Amino acid sequence: MSTELLEPPTSVSPASQIEIDRSRGDFVYPEQHEFDAGTGLSHATIDYIVDVKKEPDWIREFRHKALDTFLAKPMPTHWASKDLENIVFQNIRYYLANAKRPTRSWEDVPDDVKKTFERLGIPEQERKFLAGVEAQFDSEAVYSNIKAAVADQGVIFTGSTEGLIKHPELFKKWFGKVIPTGDNKFSALNSAVFSGGSFIYIPPGVKVRHPLQAYFRINAENFGQFERTLIIADEGSEVMYMEGCTAPKFETATLHSAVVELVAMKGAKIQYVTVQNWSNNVFNLVTKRAIAHEEAEVKWIDCNIGSRLTMKYPGVVLKGRKARGEVISIALAGDGQHQDTGAKMIHAADETTSNIVSKSISLGSGRSTYRGLVHIPKHLKGCKNNTECDALLINPTSRTDTYPAITVRGTGNSSQHEASVSQISEEQIFYMMSRGLTEAQAMSLSVNGFVNDLVRQFPMEYSVELKRLIDLEMEGSVG
Amino acid sequence: MSNTLEPVATQATESVFTAGPDFASHPEAFRASQSAAWETFSSLPMPRRTDETWRFTDTRKLSLDGFVRAEAVTDAEQASLLLRSKGLGKTSGRMVFANDRLLVCEMHGEDLRAKGVLWLPLEQAIAEHPELIARYFMQEKTVLGSAKFAALHASQVRAGMVLVVPKGVEISLPVETFHWLSGENASVFPHTLIVAGENSKFTVVDHFASAGETTGLAIGVNDIVAGAGSKVTYVAIQDWSRSATAFHLNATTVARDASSLALRLNLGGAFVRDEAVSRLRGPGGRSDMLSVTTALGSQIFDQRTLQVHEAPNAASDLLYKNALNDTARTVFTGLIRVDEGAHKTDAYQKVRNLVLSEEAEANSAPGLEIEADDVRCTHGATSGALDEDEIFYFQSRGIPRRVAQQLVTFGFLSEVFERIPDADLAAHLSDCLHGKLG
Repeated sequence: MSTELLEPPTSVSPASQIEIDRSRGDFVYPEQHEFDAGTGLSHATIDYIVDVKKEPDWIREFRHKALDTFLAKPMPTHWASKDLENIVFQNIRYYLANAKRPTRSWEDVPDDVKKTFERLGIPEQERKFLAGVEAQFDSEAVYSNIKAAVADQGVIFTGSTEGLIKHPELFKKWFGKVIPTGDNKFSALNSAVFSGGSFIYIPPGVKVRHPLQAYFRINAENFGQFERTLIIADEGSEVMYMEGCTAPKFETATLHSAVVELVAMKGAKIQYVTVQNWSNNVFNLVTKRAIAHEEAEVKWIDCNIGSRLTMKYPGVVLKGRKARGEVISIALAGDGQHQDTGAKMIHAADETTSNIVSKSISLGSGRSTYRGLVHIPKHLKGCKNNTECDALLINPTSRTDTYPAITVRGTGNSSQHEASVSQISEEQIFYMMSRGLTEAQAMSLSVNGFVNDLVRQFPMEYSVELKRLIDLEMEGSVG
Repeated sequence: MSNTLEPVATQATESVFTAGPDFASHPEAFRASQSAAWETFSSLPMPRRTDETWRFTDTRKLSLDGFVRAEAVTDAEQASLLLRSKGLGKTSGRMVFANDRLLVCEMHGEDLRAKGVLWLPLEQAIAEHPELIARYFMQEKTVLGSAKFAALHASQVRAGMVLVVPKGVEISLPVETFHWLSGENASVFPHTLIVAGENSKFTVVDHFASAGETTGLAIGVNDIVAGAGSKVTYVAIQDWSRSATAFHLNATTVARDASSLALRLNLGGAFVRDEAVSRLRGPGGRSDMLSVTTALGSQIFDQRTLQVHEAPNAASDLLYKNALNDTARTVFTGLIRVDEGAHKTDAYQKVRNLVLSEEAEANSAPGLEIEADDVRCTHGATSGALDEDEIFYFQSRGIPRRVAQQLVTFGFLSEVFERIPDADLAAHLSDCLHGKLG
């Protein structure tokens, strides 16, 4: 048990403690964008983006086609939240950027942007141990650096535009292949207006010892962020990638719609860690998928705390024999939030295994949803899936849903799914209070205990951060 | 929907798709509801694959084209069907229908009427007890996707059993109903309506079967209204021809302290769609939803369930077991919904698939929607093959692989029958299953 829980309760009221937490990302600097595609989306918007970014014609064509797909596709409201209808695409600004290329030295970053990220703690993190950091401010990366030692090993860590222009031989092959433009309405939108994000290539056999890290921040009101990430881990390589997201709280809703593609070649290992803490008026509609080749391992560690509505189902296509996919998901849905998260596991080769562990906490009027898809088609042998999803409900108005879908063919495979919904045990709380904890402390400890085995899988500084976030969210929910 | 506009020779062979309501000898008031149901049927579209309630189902193959109203069976066939209507050894009463016409309605032993029990063919209930029909007949909305087919049923229905058991009455032996489907492309619309008065207790068994290996259509509705403190056991043994298309739609409401236990044994049919909804309306209520399915050949079993906890302190427990062989397919989508304020709910849902062949496919989607916080809800879904260790053990004792597989499959499925309180009924279910696996 942590000693700080035994300290006397502070005089700060629970409500204001939540404000303290939110304020960490809730600050905004005056906008000074040199490039602004204006509000609304049309083929002209796309030409504007392509011209500013000086992209080759094939990307222009790719974007225009994607826009047509986006416009043609209906909103998936026949199964998803009706809240999607509240997104007004014509009120969103699709591209905002300064003319400067990403700077390599922290000193060159403009002062206000630097202040933003200093408040988010990027340079400190990097100084400590991170191998490379890229920070994205609205549409474009403002700062990117990669430690010399990692760059010397041939690791490429760059922005999406730069990746496609400078290393087409590496990235063009997989770009849009794991998640085709038409996969869903929002992947099509991203394909049309994507900007920023990370393109990473790890050469064969290279094991990147420290995590690569990216921060995404929305600074401008009504702005939609559409970053695009592609990570290719070549044969036998290993990499861990971490991303964090924040935004200030604006009066109007903001849209974040990313596409993240991972390719793990034979024997490669990719871990992708997300801590999403968007302010709670952000629509966070993200498509994330990986292809795992023979004996490769892909692990998504996904934590959703912020946003108004998150829809995100990280997936792994297990394409090679003995490939392994894993999704570890933690969702915390507070007042007015809907965390619609889950996982997809497509088994496409023999002896592939997948594991999904999802834990969600709903408090106040929050709603958390697990949506899963496990597909084991015929003629495969020795495929195994294990799915566990547990939901914790804190208040009488909290809500949770679970919608798994499992298809198994043939005799050589097995799948098991278990889910439970429960609430915090009153006896536990009573016991802890009898030992001198306040009710809020006892609740926090109980909730932390509920997710503890998953939180431990996060890198150290993230798990500490997560515990703190959960503590703070819980403080206001008691009574 | 493709309306067949072929000229129709006689009323009797008209497509059920174009014929309009079957007024039979129903009274005027009921005819109005049939006409309304026909309107609903005609206005609703056929299910589409993008409908969430039809996920996993190949709806393109679903068609009502060509099915005609069943004609009365010949005297000779009547006699043979009556002989084949063998169910339990001891019952309180038996009704036999063939092509939606009543052949027999006989009481054994107990005088149900003396106890105030209403046990009637549907047609008679419609004629003699309109207030009862107005109050209980298909009062719950069809929410799991087959609203169109439920409306067709309502517009065509003429055969079935109505059982209304008054307060405090217990019927010691089960009442049984047989529904036979005979003739190429014939269609039947069997109906079962069970109304359990306060603290009553009884068992109902429905048998559904085809006279021969012909194609046909059956759209059945079985509704259970379990009054306060009642204990209702309902068993349906479905053995339609392996070429038949069947829908069995259920709505169960469970009042305070009542308990309903329903089990479906699915043996026949080419495409069988089962929809079961249990609504827990009162505290202390309990609903057990059980199913055993053997899916062989190219059979498709499409099962959809919903457990709605409208009241606090109620329990529901679902267990569906499927054994799949050959190129068979099963679909299970279930949902536990706990409404706001339904605290202390205890809900469970489990589907288990035993996949015995390379081409068989099991789809499971057990869901939860919880809007109350003080609940205990769990669900599970498993799919897997036979345990090779178990087969090996049998073989080491000299039992051939084929027999071992049958025994393990039988053991896997028949476990569900242990939940039936009536030992004779459980044994009868085992016999029916054994006949299919043998």
